[in-house]
Amino acid sequence: MTGMPANTLELRGVSLRLGPRALFGPLDLTVAPGDVVTLMGPSGCGKSSLLALICGTLDPAFRASGEIALDGRPLRDLAPERRRVGILFQDDLLFPHLSVADNLAFGLDPAVRGRKARAAAIAAALDDAGLDGYGERDPATLSGGQRARVALMRTLLARPRALLLDEPFSRLDAGLRDRIRRFVFDHARAHALPTLLVTHDAEDARAAGGTVLELGAPQAD
Amino acid sequence: MTAVQRRGGLLRFVPPFTLALFLGPLFAGLLWTLGPAFGYLPALGGERLSLAPWQALFAYPGLGNAVGLSLGTGLTATLLSVAIVTALFAHWHDSRLIARLRRLIAPLLSVPHAALAFGLAFLIAPSGWLFRLFWAPLAGPVPPDLTIVQDPLGLALIGGLVLKEVPFLFLIMLAASGQTATAGQVAQARGFGYGKARAWCAVAFPQLYPQLRLPVFAVLTYAMSTVDMAIILGPATPPPLAVLLVRWFNDPDLAFRFQASAGAILQLLLVAGTVLLWLGAERVIVRAARRRLMAGRRGGTGRFGAMLSAGTAITVFGTATAGLATMALWAGAGRWRYPDPLPSDWSLDAAVRHGPALGGHVATTAGIAIAAAGAALVLALASLEAGQRRTTANANGGRGLVLLYLPLLVPQVAFLFGIQILLVQAGADGTWPAVAWSHLLFVLPYVFLALGGAYRDLDPRYFRTGLALGRSPAALFWRLRLPLLLRPILVAGAIGIAVSVGEYLPTLFAGAGRVTTVTTEAVGLAAGGDRRLIGLYAVVQMILPGLAFLAALIIPAWCFRRRRGMRTAA
Repeated sequence: MTGMPANTLELRGVSLRLGPRALFGPLDLTVAPGDVVTLMGPSGCGKSSLLALICGTLDPAFRASGEIALDGRPLRDLAPERRRVGILFQDDLLFPHLSVADNLAFGLDPAVRGRKARAAAIAAALDDAGLDGYGERDPATLSGGQRARVALMRTLLARPRALLLDEPFSRLDAGLRDRIRRFVFDHARAHALPTLLVTHDAEDARAAGGTVLELGAPQAD
Repeated sequence: MTAVQRRGGLLRFVPPFTLALFLGPLFAGLLWTLGPAFGYLPALGGERLSLAPWQALFAYPGLGNAVGLSLGTGLTATLLSVAIVTALFAHWHDSRLIARLRRLIAPLLSVPHAALAFGLAFLIAPSGWLFRLFWAPLAGPVPPDLTIVQDPLGLALIGGLVLKEVPFLFLIMLAASGQTATAGQVAQARGFGYGKARAWCAVAFPQLYPQLRLPVFAVLTYAMSTVDMAIILGPATPPPLAVLLVRWFNDPDLAFRFQASAGAILQLLLVAGTVLLWLGAERVIVRAARRRLMAGRRGGTGRFGAMLSAGTAITVFGTATAGLATMALWAGAGRWRYPDPLPSDWSLDAAVRHGPALGGHVATTAGIAIAAAGAALVLALASLEAGQRRTTANANGGRGLVLLYLPLLVPQVAFLFGIQILLVQAGADGTWPAVAWSHLLFVLPYVFLALGGAYRDLDPRYFRTGLALGRSPAALFWRLRLPLLLRPILVAGAIGIAVSVGEYLPTLFAGAGRVTTVTTEAVGLAAGGDRRLIGLYAVVQMILPGLAFLAALIIPAWCFRRRRGMRTAA
């Protein structure tokens, strides 16, 4: 795809505390458009919390400091829904009360107007995911790989400016993992999205092909 | 596992027995109301089926008004309550506000409808607290000449119903949110650019609503057919339908029983029709919402909506609490002239003068409540244990839940007369066991629902470990399940006691006017207007369930005072 705005995700001196515990940081990081940066580290080191901080959904029990900017604009004072940061979790979080097409329509950017244009955008996304004709299906009837692809499509249709991946491949079985991984990374690059991946799996990091950062174990002080 | 099954032998019959015990009277009562509605009641000389009761009913000039009032007040109060709770959760689901309000509602939930209605009346009447605080400083020492309580449109009644039902629906919504993992989905929707409230409404609400539907219908049924709240807050001429019917049922001229029965069936049809209407409206709303969803509009910040929803909810909880506080003031007030915001002196005169009579009513009320709640606990525990041992799905799913809710989905006035006839034939009317049994119909659903959750949540591995250690299921019930569930069991019992204390109509019908509880006595005082006495009864109405909840708090804390692991449990 062309004509996408070039976004860069920047973290300047970001650190995170939970009560008396310093989780990590200060962390400096620049993710260029289309790059995938991988964050690794033991459980509880605050990897997922960092992603929640970027999304604006961090639990108020945490204390964060530092500056996060997307395309030069600080995110701090933006409500989560104004940040346009897409995130994928371990669970695909497809809405169980909507059909596959309705799930995609829910994500699709409101700037795409008119019933026809929206239906066309959804059909194109289904086609892209190799799920042509699956629109009216109940998400619960899809296989794990299909659900993962729908979840990615839904996130991309919202036209995010950055993509966060919170161990999205860990629930998939080994044979599938590699294909979905490639599917996700290819799309992130095609959309020129700065992408931050959190994982335990060294294989994920290798496949991402970008910088790998190790977050330390939490320290009490 | 055959040994388990054999030991659970007798238990197998408990669930059907329980259903029969409380659905039997319901259907029999309906049937014995249906007979007189078509002229058949041999005891009163009705030997042949006829339409005469219906003709008499429809010939009554105030009927249209009464039906309109029931429909208008019931539907408005329900819609308002649902809207207030939904808006609150839509805007504040992830905030501390919900947790703070939760602490406020516990006392409100246990207070009988009648006490809350009196509280509102004392608050908003022209000589009530609000006017003393805000009107008197401006307009001088004479209360305004207004009809606020018992207004002809039923606005005060709607207000009272909202005060009682918002806390109930709040609790249901809270429980549903806890059981459905929607937080991640809402966060995801916000990531797509949806505002907080819109994301919640589109993603969480459709998944929570199925758990809300039956409680909402119970609210609708109650609101459309309440008698005690309507006597205190509603218009008197004409009154809402259910009040009119109770007047006819109690008329010295026994011939009125026939048209009253026809009216009771009309009330049933009215509620059933409204429920159908509601279900139809649900579909229309779902379709419209889906179309909007497909268009993908993200919505604004919703800051105004957030302020409005929080303000409304806080007003509702605050008004209810302030109303109850006024009652307590009146109970202990000596002289309290109009513009004074507080009594000029205090006295326990009312309590002393009415003490002996009050004591008798308290004893009757407590006895009935403990009997009904105790029976409900035994039945619920035995049914749950039977379900658990056969490892089948327990009564909390699908159809079982509808059956459990059934007594709450049928207007009380529609079947209590039939039950009264049956009790008269059995020679048991006007006795306190009859009253306790009639309360059981309404106590059992709440006790069952309260216990079912705790039973489900208890880690099944405790039980499996016990079996592996060679203990029988019966021994495990007494040694493991009962102690581990002590607190939820006592809480469920306290809920049952609160429900029983608050019952008005069942006491009236099954007690045949000869069994008086603090609630029937309090409602009877509404016409008299002795504020100190009403305040006194309202305080007693609050204290009885309060003591039960206190016991549910203290007893387990004392029993397990050296067991840290039991403090967080259940």
